[in-house]
Amino acid sequence: MSELHTVNKSPFEKSSFDSCMGHVLEGSAVLLYEDGVYAAMQGTTAEAKVKSAQGVKIYVLGPDLKARGIDAARLIDGVDVVDYAGFVDLTIEHDKVVAWV
Amino acid sequence: MSEMIKNFLYLNRRAPYGTIYAWESLEVVLIGAAFDQKVSLAFVDDGVYQIVKGQDTSESGFKNFSPTYSALGDYDVNQLYVERESLEERGLTLDDLMPLTWEDEDEDWAEKDSIRVVSRAELAGMIKDQDVVFSF
Repeated sequence: MSELHTVNKSPFEKSSFDSCMGHVLEGSAVLLYEDGVYAAMQGTTAEAKVKSAQGVKIYVLGPDLKARGIDAARLIDGVDVVDYAGFVDLTIEHDKVVAWV
Repeated sequence: MSEMIKNFLYLNRRAPYGTIYAWESLEVVLIGAAFDQKVSLAFVDDGVYQIVKGQDTSESGFKNFSPTYSALGDYDVNQLYVERESLEERGLTLDDLMPLTWEDEDEDWAEKDSIRVVSRAELAGMIKDQDVVFSF
């Protein structure tokens, strides 16, 4: 069993991202979208939490990155960008979706 | 009616697209600019994301209102304060922000920067000096 966890709130404004990272297990994935994408940027105070997730794949929704002016080159190493179709694929690949709204 | 000029500060603390706060703030700033008051804007916490350059909403369906910030100078809204600590916490520098300017009619329309990066302590002092603070 593996889960797809989703976070759509800024890690600097809400505790959603922190709670997600505290509950995600190895082999699962985290998709950051809407204001959640800010957690995927290099050089922020949230970066260590993204890097410390062992065996957890982190994805970020490309259109939400673009809207916010974040270049993919600014993402933390190992974070993959997906489009809307990729979002759908992730929901199918995992047994269930856990939304940290 | 007596002419009373007050100092208004708009305190922007939210990221641009996740909520409606940033857009609503801009709307109120533009309305308020018609009343000849002393207006300044502060970008604090996630509010600094509002003026990050290169915003492109073509794939996400949002309205990209970031070009509106460039028009603020034409409405004599040219005191934009960005908190240094908020930028640093988010891995951002002044170079990541849109180059927002205004033209000074007293100096032959010389183009000047509207953005000033200030410390949290400096901003605390500015908030103290205001007559009215609008929070978004």
